[in-house]
Amino acid sequence: MKPPSRVREMPILRVIARALVPVILLFGLYVQFHGDFGPGGGFQAGVIFAAGLIIFALTFGVEALRQVVPVVLTERLMAAGVLLYGAVGVVAMFLGGEFLDYSALDPLTTGHYGQHLGIIVIELGVGIAVAATIMRVYYAFVGRRPGEDETGAEQALDAGAGREVS
Amino acid sequence: MNLPEALSGLWAYWLLIALMMVGLYIVIARDNLIKKVMGLNIFQAAAILFYVTMAKVEGGTAPIVPGGADHGAGHGGHDVLYSNPLPHVLMLTAIVVGVATTALALALAVRIHGDYGTSEEDEAVAYDMGHG
Amino acid sequence: MIEKILVLEVVLPLLAAPVCVLVRHPRFCRLFSLGVVAACFAIAVALLVEVRGGGVISYELGGWPPPLGIEYRVSTVNAYLLALVTSMALVVFSFDSRGGPPRVPEERRHLYYAVFLLCISGLLGIAITGDAFNIFVFLEISSLSSYILVSLGGHRRAVMSAFYYLVMGTIGGVFFMLGVGLLYQATGTLNLRDIAARLEPSLDDRGTVLALALLVVGISIKLAVFPLHHWLPNAYSFAPPKVSAFLAATATKVSFYLLAMVLFTIFGAPFVFEELRLQAVLLPLSILAMFLASGAAIFQTDLRRLLAYSSVAQIGYMTLGLSTANATGLAGGLVHLFNHAVMKGGLFLVVACLLYRVGSVHIDALAGIGRRMPLTSAALVIGGLSLIGVPGTVGFVSKWYLVSGVLERGWTAAAVLILLSSLLALVYVGKVVEVLYFRKPAETQPIDHVREAPLGMLAPAWVLAAAAVFFGLTTDWTYGVAREAAELLLAGGI
Repeated sequence: MKPPSRVREMPILRVIARALVPVILLFGLYVQFHGDFGPGGGFQAGVIFAAGLIIFALTFGVEALRQVVPVVLTERLMAAGVLLYGAVGVVAMFLGGEFLDYSALDPLTTGHYGQHLGIIVIELGVGIAVAATIMRVYYAFVGRRPGEDETGAEQALDAGAGREVS
Repeated sequence: MNLPEALSGLWAYWLLIALMMVGLYIVIARDNLIKKVMGLNIFQAAAILFYVTMAKVEGGTAPIVPGGADHGAGHGGHDVLYSNPLPHVLMLTAIVVGVATTALALALAVRIHGDYGTSEEDEAVAYDMGHG
Repeated sequence: MIEKILVLEVVLPLLAAPVCVLVRHPRFCRLFSLGVVAACFAIAVALLVEVRGGGVISYELGGWPPPLGIEYRVSTVNAYLLALVTSMALVVFSFDSRGGPPRVPEERRHLYYAVFLLCISGLLGIAITGDAFNIFVFLEISSLSSYILVSLGGHRRAVMSAFYYLVMGTIGGVFFMLGVGLLYQATGTLNLRDIAARLEPSLDDRGTVLALALLVVGISIKLAVFPLHHWLPNAYSFAPPKVSAFLAATATKVSFYLLAMVLFTIFGAPFVFEELRLQAVLLPLSILAMFLASGAAIFQTDLRRLLAYSSVAQIGYMTLGLSTANATGLAGGLVHLFNHAVMKGGLFLVVACLLYRVGSVHIDALAGIGRRMPLTSAALVIGGLSLIGVPGTVGFVSKWYLVSGVLERGWTAAAVLILLSSLLALVYVGKVVEVLYFRKPAETQPIDHVREAPLGMLAPAWVLAAAAVFFGLTTDWTYGVAREAAELLLAGGI
């Protein structure tokens, strides 16, 4: 879907977006990985990261974003993020701890290292899943054209995993 | 407890209840599905504010250990009074639930619009009455 | 051994859902989810065997000891619920995939399985967790996925019903969350046992009474207790048939457990039933549900709607058992959870068979089908007899203990009303049987092409029909466990 041509012709928007998007994405990564030391974490970072990409789509068109992040990829990343989270828990179980017991991830030292490692990987999973879900929701709603509906019941399947936008 | 005391001491709760009733009223009284979703959002927001209000400790500061990342040894700032962080964490989850609910409700509203050609509940019901 | 892998009961379906999304192969997803559900069932049975006789298994998530960490805690009550949900899920999943959602094309079926697994995971999570806020999260996981599942029905009204369900369910969820918040405010903890130990409920403490009110109303919406049942008939009659079978058999049952747990474990029977006298509200509502919903069922012309209204009536029996607050009555209510799941699950699977072969379950379209689909119709008759409560079926077992419990309490009138309401069930079941076997098919709707349902559909339906008879004759397992669970609840434990 093409954005309204007026937006395309607005140089101010395009220039500012071009400057802002990388900063927003970088800030998303900062919030993600600084979550171990201060306020931050996967939820916030995922939303910020997705918001940066959505701003990109708003100014340069959904088509442009779709080339960078295909719709199928967001669907896969949603699942992969959740699985990454779960995998940490299951690995901890195999290493002899309880589910999600980060200390078990590092049986050699007294546990602080395992706690760090666990929370970083967990938050990475959360961040990936949240960013992908937000983008999928955006794709699902923005990919609809007026009057085009009759075929798919799928978008009700999951707000995040709706119809194929093609 | 007499009325002025209840109003001044618990003003936050009065606000919350008012907000909650506004949300509930919109859900009940509006026929437009999108407005219903908005009402539902206000209703949820009131509940989230309730938790956040509860977490406030008088004179307490944000629950971040001063001194940053040195929490491995010698926890700094034991004498600092913090607000209760737990309700905030819970509400992070509740907000996510709210977002998911809203997204799903909007997706359903879009489908209803596709099937009935309207987002008004009464028109959709009338359509069903007419077509069985 | 089992206490080490207890958490897999919830984690397996929760992680199987994203695996389905990643693999995207419908056949793989179908078999994979069947395997996952079977594994969950095995774990649930092992847990039930382990905790029978008063055992308790506790699991500390992340190695954080309760009350700080989240605790999964399994006693007879929870294990009973887990076994109920997983067994019903297993039967529904083994049902032929042709009973799936009509509006979801084959290449998107993986999402349907993923949502179904999430729903199961949420229901199991509610039953297993010992943390109040964790219950809210699982409640919303199961509810959100149920809304999606309901919206997949073939008729356009399915989406509308899903929207109603969503609005009602969200209001219920927020009420529940507020109730938990007030409890946290009163006790400073979220661990259920810790709350129960610290809470000193009294009528003078308005915060506690408000918490109880919010929790009870919130759960009652999800449970579809009589005046709050409005979402249920639409949701069950327009959802895909397999989904109706699963939700009717499990979703309301888990909410019932939640209600019982709040009333007995957190607030305690002495406060709720002696000081507050909740039965003054619960008992009339239960009896109204039994009569008005059964009465409404009689006038339905769509078999699914008829069964849905009958579900509202059956929930009335369960809450009636709750309001007796004695071991026999509560055990009657709890055993009715399983018994109703067996018969209503079986009946909705029969509906799925009929829908597949006849194409409609409108009462006029079913005329004379009894001769064309003898096995399907026989399963329907067994389920119907069980709804009435004929001796030799599970329905009789539940009603027997319910009536005993009510009489123990000295409520003779209520006992008479239970028996009278069974007559209403006789009317609506009789109506269906009459149409199936004795009415001539209409000229405009020839049924010569209708054949018996395929084995993949018939077998699961008959498993439940056979169970309705088997557990009607052998009550050691069902009533034995329910009685133990009831005594545990009355003693304030879970």
